[in-house]
Amino acid sequence: MPLAAVMADVLLAPWLVILPLAGALLAGLWPAAARWWGLLTALLTPVMALLLALQVHAQGPVILDLGGWAPPLGITLVVDGLASLMVLMTAGVGLAISLYALGYLGGTDRGRWFWVLWLWLWAAMNALYLSGDVFNLYVTLELVVLASVALVALAGGAAPLVAAMRYLLVSLLGSMAYLMGVALLYGAYGTLDLQGLGAQVVLSSAPMLAAVLMTVGLLAKSALFPLHVWLPPAHGSAPAPVSAALSALVVKVSFYLILRLWLTVFPALPLSGLDVLMGALAAGAVLWGGLMALRAPRLKQVVAYSTVAQVGYLFLLFPFLRAHPEGWKAVVFFAVAHGVAKAAVFLAAGTLQRAAGHDRLAELGAVMRGRLKTSFALGIAGAGLVGLPFTGGFIAKWLLVQTALEAGLWIWALVVLGGGLLAGAYVFRLLGPAFEPGPADRGRPLPAVMEWVPLALALLTIGLGFAGSPALSLLARTLAGGGG
Amino acid sequence: MATGGYMLLLILLSSLLPGVAIFFLREQQFALRTALNLGGATLKFLLIIALLVGVYRDGKTYSLSVNLLPGIDLVLAADALSLLFATLSAVLWLVTTIYAIGYLEDSPNRSRFFGFFSLCVSATVGIAFSGNLITLLIFYEILTLATWPLVVHRGTAESFRAGRIYLAYTLLGGAVLLGAVVWLTLLAGSEPFVAGGYLRHLSADQGPVLIMIFAMLMAGFGVKAALLPLHSWLPRAMVAPAPVSALLHAVAVVKAGAFGIVRVLNDVYGVELAADLGVTLPLLLLAIMTIVYGSVRAVFADDLKQRLAFSTVSQVSYIILGVALAGPIGAVGGLVHLVHQGVMKITLFFCAGNFAETLGIHRVDEMRGVGRRMPWTMTAFTLAALGMIGIPPLAGFISKWYLGLGALEAGMAWVTGVLVVSSLLNALYFLPPILRGWFSRREGPWPDERHGGRRLETHWMLLLPTVTVAAMALGMGLLASLTISPLYWVTFIVEFEYGYDHIWRAIFEWETP
Repeated sequence: MPLAAVMADVLLAPWLVILPLAGALLAGLWPAAARWWGLLTALLTPVMALLLALQVHAQGPVILDLGGWAPPLGITLVVDGLASLMVLMTAGVGLAISLYALGYLGGTDRGRWFWVLWLWLWAAMNALYLSGDVFNLYVTLELVVLASVALVALAGGAAPLVAAMRYLLVSLLGSMAYLMGVALLYGAYGTLDLQGLGAQVVLSSAPMLAAVLMTVGLLAKSALFPLHVWLPPAHGSAPAPVSAALSALVVKVSFYLILRLWLTVFPALPLSGLDVLMGALAAGAVLWGGLMALRAPRLKQVVAYSTVAQVGYLFLLFPFLRAHPEGWKAVVFFAVAHGVAKAAVFLAAGTLQRAAGHDRLAELGAVMRGRLKTSFALGIAGAGLVGLPFTGGFIAKWLLVQTALEAGLWIWALVVLGGGLLAGAYVFRLLGPAFEPGPADRGRPLPAVMEWVPLALALLTIGLGFAGSPALSLLARTLAGGGG
Repeated sequence: MATGGYMLLLILLSSLLPGVAIFFLREQQFALRTALNLGGATLKFLLIIALLVGVYRDGKTYSLSVNLLPGIDLVLAADALSLLFATLSAVLWLVTTIYAIGYLEDSPNRSRFFGFFSLCVSATVGIAFSGNLITLLIFYEILTLATWPLVVHRGTAESFRAGRIYLAYTLLGGAVLLGAVVWLTLLAGSEPFVAGGYLRHLSADQGPVLIMIFAMLMAGFGVKAALLPLHSWLPRAMVAPAPVSALLHAVAVVKAGAFGIVRVLNDVYGVELAADLGVTLPLLLLAIMTIVYGSVRAVFADDLKQRLAFSTVSQVSYIILGVALAGPIGAVGGLVHLVHQGVMKITLFFCAGNFAETLGIHRVDEMRGVGRRMPWTMTAFTLAALGMIGIPPLAGFISKWYLGLGALEAGMAWVTGVLVVSSLLNALYFLPPILRGWFSRREGPWPDERHGGRRLETHWMLLLPTVTVAAMALGMGLLASLTISPLYWVTFIVEFEYGYDHIWRAIFEWETP
């Protein structure tokens, strides 16, 4: 393997932040060519992400001290299986979103701003996944929030602005809580480094308080029921590529952070009580989000409530963390499968909305019949959300049920299976209008890329149905904490 | 081991690829769509024949596996039972495709219809070739996905209601099944299907768990097999177009359920273990209740398709009855009924579709005198209906004969009483349409006569498949002792399954096995 030998020495991780950041700067400096800078970045970053994942898979996790400065002073990057998988997922979905945005926004003024903000968001997300200390995580988290709030407001008009402000408020509150936790940890242990903290944290009041503050703050950002109320308006009213980015990627950022903290910093803390509470909230999210998705009259609202429901599964993490050492991998695979499927659904919804000029579900039948490729994308990715076979969702559901049963946690297996039924109900409700009798109508003319990208992404969810083993073996190369 | 696994993949793709292509055709592209449909169906048929030759003449084994998760593979494999089901699907798909082309002439959304129709058959063949329980589950769920659009195809409020009920039942069944399969995989790993089952080695203290899993598996497969009390989606799904009902009832959906039950009983648990656990008797009782209940409901159904639907509820449980008897001869009766019921029921649905399309007949009392107007269709109907009742020498008689022998062999003579009662009920609901059709006289015009009947009584694409399957139903009974008959094939499967090597002789020469 000459390629592997060459790659072994290449420092890839920083480029995953530098590339999108440079793209954002160039797009800001040359607004007229913004979308071409965006395209270039979107094509290069996935290549780097793939190489990074291969490198981690081949060599195991790496800790990089940038510029040779050791942790208390310098910036540390942690590149392990978990981080590289998230970066890879972001890159795949990010490429699709960028291609789609080329068609969706064209060369409009709004489009120029989109590219700057979106590439900025991308850089911030990658930086967050690769960060190795709690303060850098805070900084990157804030960058993610600011970029996504601005993206929501990009739609223009009163409703998106209100939604954006509400989102900003919740996010800032969450960030404050997180920052207080960071301060507590620094006060108690004098270090911010994830591994360093993990080695020192023992059961005492300061880290307990920090854990609670940080977790609750991040829960609000991940929109776990009942802190979800900001999500449906924000995700439902944003422009389609933004909705996709928010629902598929940004929600996962705070989930990742929670996972990383509990995996590395807080494994010494007991979870008794917390696991049941979180599991109950997760079940509440699955149930409530599912029911609301069944009732919502508009396509994008249904999809947004579906995110509320599916975020619930992510927080089965807590019961799993306690009962099953490998359980978190099932949840991460679910996060990836959901990311891809949800992005496909949102992009397909955007295409239908553009073509029809509205997204009232009851009146979309004609356009759904006219735009077959998009309807198929909606159907296949929808099957991924339900967890039907041959999609990543099926493998994810299998892993979740398997983990729950292995750990003897019946109730959570029932939550997963029942949630799948609710998802089935709302996904088939989405597809229903296509089967009503009536003419087919292609609606307004659209760039072809807006039909092909959702379909390609939907086919990627099928690809994920066969990616279970490689993903799990990549995740096996993750740095855990608890004293090394 | 993996020799020629591509054959199995080709067989799947021979309906999947044309199906996908058909979706994107315009309504007017009739010739291309028909070519794709018939081409795919014929190719699949030929490939299955090639597979049969490979397995039986050259003794090859075919299997293909793709890794899904650590320790869990998607396995396609061809054993005798899968070949039986796959052959049935391929043959009936071919005739149903011809029928559907004639039936749907000039109706809207044909591309969509045939697209999902092909997906549905791909899923069914996938079920047939599933080499382990997980693969079976995967294709079983895909089948749900592919049939829903066919059930709601007409797009009326009624069909959407039927579709919702169908989904509610099948998705719930799928969820229960997923839970059961995951649980079983945790206990015993993801083993391939093997004659006699692979759970023997599990220690005796896991008995209650195995019983629980068995109940969940039966519930999951029982939904599609329309086992009491999970049957009520089936009569409602009759709003679908006739070729869909035909295929759903004869091969695809209900048979997938029955096939799953057979697989679990024979190749996962193994009959011995199932009998030791004491799960076969409850299953037998449930099957008997379903047989009687379906027949009674059929007697009181006035709508012809409704009557056929309740008849399906009843008849599919014969298959389950046969395997639940837990003896070789009963299994012969049950498995051979898998084929016989398919052929006879598809004939009946084709006939019902012919009556509805040609003359607008939907209810049993409208059938007066139809025998004079449509003698060929009425003959086919009569043959299949008499076969269902179990009159010799038709196919249904063979099934019931071995079921009865199987009951005696298993020391449960009372089951033959059930068979007699059920046959009487069958006669009670099948004789009135036959008698009215042949011996009553029509007064006044037909409800809605569409086809002029110049030379043939109806469109040739409707008539030819109907007559073909009726002839098959007759042939399977008359020629049951030939080595190409389903009966011979089934005895071969059962000999292998139960470890006897001379059931065929035992059956025909009255030796004790």
